[in-house]
Amino acid sequence: MSLGNLPFIASAMLVILGIYTLLFKRNLVKLVVGGSLIETGVNLFLVTFGYRTAGVAPIYTYAPAAKRMVLPTPQALTLTSIVIGMATTALLLSFAIHVYRHHGTLDARKVKELKG
Amino acid sequence: MTALVPHVPALLIAVPLLGAFLAPIVGKLGRTTRNGFVALVLLVTAALAALLAVRFLGSNGSPILYVMGGPDGFAVPLPSGMATPIRIMFEIDAMNVFMVLITALVTLCAGLFSFRYLRDRSGGDLFYALFLLLTTAILGLEVTGDLFNFFVFLEITSIAACGLIGFQAWQKRAPEAAYKVMTMYTLAGIFVLLAIGLLYAEHGGLNMAYLASAIRGSVVDQVALTFLFVGLGMKAAAVPLHMWAPDAYGEAPAPVSAVLVVNSQASLYGLFRVMFTIYGGVANAVLLGWLIVALALVTIFVGVTVALLQNDLKRLIAYGALSQIGYMLLGVGVALVTIPTKPDFGFVALQGGIFHMINDAACIGLLFLTAGAAIRAAGTRDLNRMGGLAHTMRLTSVLFIVGALALAGIPPFNGFASKFLIYEGSFQLNPFLAVVAVLSSILLLAVFLKAFQAVFLGPRPEGASVGGEAPLGMLVPMVVLAAVVIGFGLFPGFFVERIVTPAARALWYGRDAYIHAVLGGF
Repeated sequence: MSLGNLPFIASAMLVILGIYTLLFKRNLVKLVVGGSLIETGVNLFLVTFGYRTAGVAPIYTYAPAAKRMVLPTPQALTLTSIVIGMATTALLLSFAIHVYRHHGTLDARKVKELKG
Repeated sequence: MTALVPHVPALLIAVPLLGAFLAPIVGKLGRTTRNGFVALVLLVTAALAALLAVRFLGSNGSPILYVMGGPDGFAVPLPSGMATPIRIMFEIDAMNVFMVLITALVTLCAGLFSFRYLRDRSGGDLFYALFLLLTTAILGLEVTGDLFNFFVFLEITSIAACGLIGFQAWQKRAPEAAYKVMTMYTLAGIFVLLAIGLLYAEHGGLNMAYLASAIRGSVVDQVALTFLFVGLGMKAAAVPLHMWAPDAYGEAPAPVSAVLVVNSQASLYGLFRVMFTIYGGVANAVLLGWLIVALALVTIFVGVTVALLQNDLKRLIAYGALSQIGYMLLGVGVALVTIPTKPDFGFVALQGGIFHMINDAACIGLLFLTAGAAIRAAGTRDLNRMGGLAHTMRLTSVLFIVGALALAGIPPFNGFASKFLIYEGSFQLNPFLAVVAVLSSILLLAVFLKAFQAVFLGPRPEGASVGGEAPLGMLVPMVVLAAVVIGFGLFPGFFVERIVTPAARALWYGRDAYIHAVLGGF
């Protein structure tokens, strides 16, 4: 079954939602979620353009003869990017915890030691 | 030992990477052992960088290739007979060597400085793990010849750098700064990743040389260039995407601030590589050049004027550092505008922009380290509550003034040598550019004289502790950087000819050589 351009639209939606979150939300944890959404959108985009209709996993030894394969490189890229995304999310959340300990709030409007 | 010489590019990454993960383990043996270990790792890395430079000089100017994962070349032929370079490779030309030398110099000095600077704090083992990881990733950014590998190193610099910025988590401002910087870095990384995805979708390859040969300037290529430009510009702290930089430089421990400047420069190098090599000849260089010139002027202007308003010593230097990124962009932007005709003054501007990178790394590094020493002695960063430190810290105050004068472009220090080239090149494009650059430099001098006066001169504030001169372990790295500042200022011709001109030439003329080194066999 072909999904057509649906995955591309979905990835664009994820990116737009993420940008909306980053621009209009003020909770530090929600901002992390926004960043993750953008990242997921980009990851979906990477996997999608590597997909070939009715393709099989790109493993030579097990592939049935004369079958199309999906592109392997975008999948490798996506895996790497997911791992990196996990690290950045964890780091951001740990900073959010520290900010909360110092300020007692996660509201970005109230946390503003750094101005000018 | 000689068997290892061909593997210098890989060792340059492997040594600090291994060191980073061994540092916490060695730390169990005690602080002195660990410091010795970290110093050894940094020294070996610097020696490898020097060895790389020597090897490059011997290679007659053609790029050095180092292919990961096999001696039998970098193309894995497919059953169909098609072959494209898919293995991860390092490709090192004069520009890369130049960047590696900057990084080695600054990380070595900052690392040695940090031993004494951080002696009274806990968590040093993790600090050095992150510090060496940051060193690894910056070096990786500067030698890789693969765009996705570039992205991975970019993200490692982000993570390690933010870990170091937020390192002093017990302070109120550090986690906030780290959060802010990490958000910006993540966004920048996503932009770069999106661009890489677009380029792969369009050309089916991620090798920089392969992409350079395949790019024809289609719409997708242009969109990818925009994303790369925004992402890398954000990480290099070009105004209007600079808001993270003062927080990062200001809140990080002093030696880390010095390394963060090099980190920004590494992103700037990535931008230059993209514009001159990957997109050289297909992008609209004149439009791109003017855009960069405009960004450069805004960056210089904003950096200098906001620095005037600062009351926090480290934030003041941070804005100074921001304005210097503008000077590098100005030199390169002028070069890009003139690239279709390739006149001599465009090359001069490019030389100036590139030469300014090493000068800026040395003098801003020196300023951050001296400021760190001063803040440590005074116990505060507020300019209004500091004063009179010159009575006890004679050498530190002299080193600060050396760094400040160099930054403002006063002869005979190194900042003058490179800024003069930038003025010369940009004046011939449009006198207005040179006027803005010169005026901003003078304003910068005023900013730093004010800071010098507030920190080192005048009476000591009531109740301030009487500290002595900065300890020897902190003075030596500062003196080394000051020696670079003065040496490059006294003999600019020598250094320009040896390291700057080849680097500028590699960007200006080296595109074909860069592509040929990889694809020559196809």
